[in-house]
Amino acid sequence: MSTTVETPPATTTRFGDPTKTSANARTRSMVGRIVTHVCIIIGVMFSIFPFYWLLVMSTQTTAQIFGYPPKLWFSTHLWENLNAVVHDVPLFQSLLNTFLVSLAVAVLVMFFDSLAAFAFGKYEFPGKNTLFVLLLATFLVPGSLSLVPSFVLMSWLGWTGSFAALIVPGAANAFGIFLLRQFAQTSIPNEMVESARVDGAGFFRTWWSIGVPMMRGGVAFLGIFTFITTWNDYVWPLIILVNPRRLTLQVALSQLNAIYSTNFGEVMAGAVISVVPLIGIFIIGSRHFIANIAAGAIKG
Amino acid sequence: MTVTNPAIPSARVADEPSTTERRPRNPFKRFWPQYVAVAPFYILFLVFGMFPLIFSIWLSFNDWDGMGQMKFVGLAQYRFLITDSRFWLAVGNTFLIWIMSTIPMLFLALVIAFLLHTNIRAKGFYRVAFFIPNVTSAVAMAIVFGSIFSNSFGIINSFLNWLHVSQVPWLSNPWGIKVVIAVMVIWRWTGYNSIIYLAGLQAVSTELYEAARVDGANNWHIFSRITIPMLRPVILFTVITSTVGGLSLFTEPQVLFGNTSNIGGPADGGLTIVLYQYYQAFNQFDFGYGAAIAWALFIIAVVFAIINWRLVSEREVDGQKVFKVSRKQRAANASAEPTEVAAK
Repeated sequence: MSTTVETPPATTTRFGDPTKTSANARTRSMVGRIVTHVCIIIGVMFSIFPFYWLLVMSTQTTAQIFGYPPKLWFSTHLWENLNAVVHDVPLFQSLLNTFLVSLAVAVLVMFFDSLAAFAFGKYEFPGKNTLFVLLLATFLVPGSLSLVPSFVLMSWLGWTGSFAALIVPGAANAFGIFLLRQFAQTSIPNEMVESARVDGAGFFRTWWSIGVPMMRGGVAFLGIFTFITTWNDYVWPLIILVNPRRLTLQVALSQLNAIYSTNFGEVMAGAVISVVPLIGIFIIGSRHFIANIAAGAIKG
Repeated sequence: MTVTNPAIPSARVADEPSTTERRPRNPFKRFWPQYVAVAPFYILFLVFGMFPLIFSIWLSFNDWDGMGQMKFVGLAQYRFLITDSRFWLAVGNTFLIWIMSTIPMLFLALVIAFLLHTNIRAKGFYRVAFFIPNVTSAVAMAIVFGSIFSNSFGIINSFLNWLHVSQVPWLSNPWGIKVVIAVMVIWRWTGYNSIIYLAGLQAVSTELYEAARVDGANNWHIFSRITIPMLRPVILFTVITSTVGGLSLFTEPQVLFGNTSNIGGPADGGLTIVLYQYYQAFNQFDFGYGAAIAWALFIIAVVFAIINWRLVSEREVDGQKVFKVSRKQRAANASAEPTEVAAK
């Protein structure tokens, strides 16, 4: 009896308190929000500044870069610097090489990893669990451990200096299979796989017509991720690409920096060429990309 | 793992009768598409992962320049390694740079994640802005940072000059070099880690916070008793990834100093383990010693992994504690509401 009478006050005290001080709280929260924004914007400025500085330097002559006080705003020599780069090193050739290598690795990884992930995520077959544990164990093998023997292997295969040495070893990876398997498990209903089987579709048909479309978010992320990491790869291409006419962008840029280090404007223009396309690709795919990076870490 | 997907067993059950009716003996005939689907990874790993790994053990017991005859030398490479002061300098440098970068980086990432977690506008834009450093070429940015910190014309030294503070010879002082490399690592990875922390924060159920608030917990209590313990596995993940990354640091020092006569920069201040391995193997063509350095790095990584593993087991104990607390809180809530009602 008394409870029915007394309950309303209990709820009003709970929800009533904030409304009483609402004006006060609102101003306080607004101040808090402004402080938060200011802090974040300072952080963003640190994060963005090197790009700004790169762009500024790429528009200056070397004399301007070396001058004091430093010029903080754009100059007008970008075109000149770009021409110097193209004249001195085959940077556009390297750009094309890098694009093709990254694209090839990304496509192969999307293909092989989604196939394997679909099999692991949606089917039962003898030895499956053992194979999957083996796959996870390969995560433990650090890449820098095998730089020397991999180089030797490539020279036996006759692949030193060729792009096959960059593409073939990276064509399938444990990370992608692990990631896409989670997509397969969570986003493909078993009924669909089962009904495809009843309709007479084989494994590969089911993978292509059900698996790939339903995992497409994960596959797209894996493609962008692989493209970006391959584009930025440095150690392995540096070791294996022995022919100075056939380089990837990062190696070419590093050589440009080593040989023409006195011409700073030119080096910066080269750096711009290596950075800008990738930022474009990242911003286009950023929504998927950031969400998936985080999801991978939380699940892993 | 299969438990998470309850429907699979039923699919298997549906399959099994037909298997037993037909030939149960040769699984490959029945499951060949699945084996074909998973095979490429294992074949590639055998050839380009496993074989080099085993071969590098053999290499590290040999003296070889990559072209001539291999000469078996037993443990000589490792014996030399133990007395090689340059190797130990590289180990020390790697370790120092790792500490100088990881601690500020993870702290800043936590702060950014907390700031982004408050319900502010333009969160999407901020996340992209913080993440962009992570996807850009390390080579290009090492060149940019090299000029930002340049002794003669760098903007940092110009700024110090403008303030009438004495300039710092960043790129010729062993400590300055480490600071510059650490700054590059921090710049590149803080956004990445803060995005991961943010996802961790968002995964913590709001019920927990509400329950604590109802129980009268203040902000600090909520932060220290709920947020940090719940984030602990995520923090651990970031510690592990930064350890792996820190131990294999190569690009930044190589771009800055790789072309100097002694690859590690002035006084070898930027010589890291992988850079030293690269130098020995591909500059001095001492493949055997390069392989030995790689295995020494592996042993160091294993030691780190054991330390990490210990932290993990500690976390599990804490995790149970956290759950006990939260269950207690939930129980307290459950009991609090009726008593509240009854009291009034």
